[in-house]
Amino acid sequence: MNTPLIEFLNVTKRFGDQTVLDSINLKIYEGDVTTIIGLSGAGKSVLLKHIIGLIKPDEGTILFRGKPVSKMKKKEINEALAQMSYMFQGNALFDSLTVYENVALPLLETTNLKKAEIDRRVMARIEQTELTEAVHRFPSELSGGMQKRAALARALITDPRIVLFDEPTTGQDPVRKNAILSMIAQYQRKFGFTAILVSHEIPDVYFISNRVLALYKQKIVFQGTPEELENFDHPFNDEVLSSLEDLQKELTGLYSRRKFKILNSAQLKRKKSGEPHSIVVFTLDDINSIIAHLGHDVVQESIRRMSLYIDKHFGIIGGISTRTNTSEIVTMLPHSDFAEAQNILDNFNKDFKGQGINDIGNWTGVRKLVALSGPIKFTILAGIAEGHPDEKIESIIDSAKANQKEIWTATMSRGGVNI
Amino acid sequence: MALTANSQTSLEGEAKRRLGILLSIPLSAVGRVTIHWVNILGSATVFLILALLKTFRPKQLSKVVHQIYYIGARSTTIIMLVSVFTGMVLGLQSYHALVSFGAQGAVGTLVSLSLIRELGPVLTAIMITARAGSATTAEIGIQRISEQIDALQTMRIDPIRHLISPRISAAIISFPILTTFFNLIGMVGGYISSVALLGLNTGVYFHSIQANVDMQDITDGLIKTIVFAVIVATVCCYHGYFAHMRKDSHGAKAVGLATTSAVVISCVLILVSDYVVTSLLI
Repeated sequence: MNTPLIEFLNVTKRFGDQTVLDSINLKIYEGDVTTIIGLSGAGKSVLLKHIIGLIKPDEGTILFRGKPVSKMKKKEINEALAQMSYMFQGNALFDSLTVYENVALPLLETTNLKKAEIDRRVMARIEQTELTEAVHRFPSELSGGMQKRAALARALITDPRIVLFDEPTTGQDPVRKNAILSMIAQYQRKFGFTAILVSHEIPDVYFISNRVLALYKQKIVFQGTPEELENFDHPFNDEVLSSLEDLQKELTGLYSRRKFKILNSAQLKRKKSGEPHSIVVFTLDDINSIIAHLGHDVVQESIRRMSLYIDKHFGIIGGISTRTNTSEIVTMLPHSDFAEAQNILDNFNKDFKGQGINDIGNWTGVRKLVALSGPIKFTILAGIAEGHPDEKIESIIDSAKANQKEIWTATMSRGGVNI
Repeated sequence: MALTANSQTSLEGEAKRRLGILLSIPLSAVGRVTIHWVNILGSATVFLILALLKTFRPKQLSKVVHQIYYIGARSTTIIMLVSVFTGMVLGLQSYHALVSFGAQGAVGTLVSLSLIRELGPVLTAIMITARAGSATTAEIGIQRISEQIDALQTMRIDPIRHLISPRISAAIISFPILTTFFNLIGMVGGYISSVALLGLNTGVYFHSIQANVDMQDITDGLIKTIVFAVIVATVCCYHGYFAHMRKDSHGAKAVGLATTSAVVISCVLILVSDYVVTSLLI
């Protein structure tokens, strides 16, 4: 593998008698979305602050592109820091400055750009983060979500190559949490920066992460992909992941991917080897253009409502559902073969056309925005695949995705929903 | 017998040891406090030097002007109010004290010299400490505990250059102007009480001022104001900037205590330095 962008070698940090980080070893690679997970107070923010130099380690070495930071010249450190940006847990917006002034500050203070160019860049970021109406408002006059977006706009204004997010979704409701994570993922793809997140929003944060680092009892106990973490046999899984996932289930109504897999295998163990079951994969098509029209918040709320409807419909007949990425929901029907699953899906489709879509379409958030932005097309794809107990779930999901076709499309406009 | 003598010697030794410990307690306490204050003095001096050096960097002028407005212009009303009554009280007291000797003609001299040499610089500095100094500590302290100062560092904006240098520069510019303003209004206050209310001759009042106030008096007063400006701005900024490092409290309480400390220490240092500077200038 390439030289890591950032590497910690036996980094230890103590505050008084308390050891917060104990011989930490970790690697963060360029272009990845890396998430550091762990319980509150585990030292995640302290770890992140070491990366940007706000805190110095007591022992150990931090390498930036393979070079020890402690041996770098001041100019080299400045050049490294110039590539980084940091979004604070509490946003750290300057409360005596307006949103515009907050976002413009790094450009005003660290560049020699002309006022017109600064204005152009700032307004572009403000529009991208959907803050146009709040441009002259002070942080105290903004909602929590808007403050987060203002902090994000400020973090991105200098076009950084590395962005560090300290608990970007803290204090947000489930919909806003997903909206913020979706926004980070979208910008990461768009601008190509390396994102390092600290979060305990499990499993939502997995949707956008390439790599996960688990901080447990002052040490990094896991480094790998979210999928690898699911098979990680360590007390961290029982103590940390389970508690956070149960909380998530209460908030969203859907199981985490890990819980989904556990329940899925438990169901399959009870079946005989020849007995089939089915997997249905639902996808909200072309999510990016819907986000561009309606914004992250509304899209996430729509998906949440759709998830609840799917869970309600399939849960009654023993179906278990999980969200596998920002726009995809997977449902397992443990007692149905392909034909039966197709019937159930047809019934679901009828119900959804009758009531479910009105639930989303009549939701005032969508209607208000549709009235402002013009009609927008929603398309839902669904695909079914039949599986057997000895088959891997991933391959069944892939087959279901390959079978996906449009089950429903509607245009939402000021007048309502036209199917 | 030998045993008794030995035990008596060991008892005496023990008593001496205890006495030594007893005597060392206050000495070590004094030592600790001294080291603590020397540490603070050292770091505050470095803080001040860094802030002064960073004053002359680009993009500082607008921040200095903004702070002059905040520290200077917005303190004008309170300075006027305090100075007019200070002048009136001085006029009143000195008139009644001097009239019994038939020396009421010296009221103008007494009022003006008291104001220019001592009361103007000291009271202006104390009033600015109360109004702008406390607000500065609280503002910087809140910026510190809400990670706004850390945010500046992550944006590669030097917090001392951005937050501290303009405030110290603005204080150095504002203090002499406000003190001059205080002196002038104070003399008007003296005029109101001694001339308008007590019937002293206008010409006598102003002539005594003109005849007895030297340029040296004004210069000495202004030197004091600059010393006070440096002290007040440094103490108030320093306490706010390091509010998070207080050992006696955290968070909002630390900001509150930092503000109280800044005001108290500034006022004490104003009076101490007033004596020192006066004794050097006189």
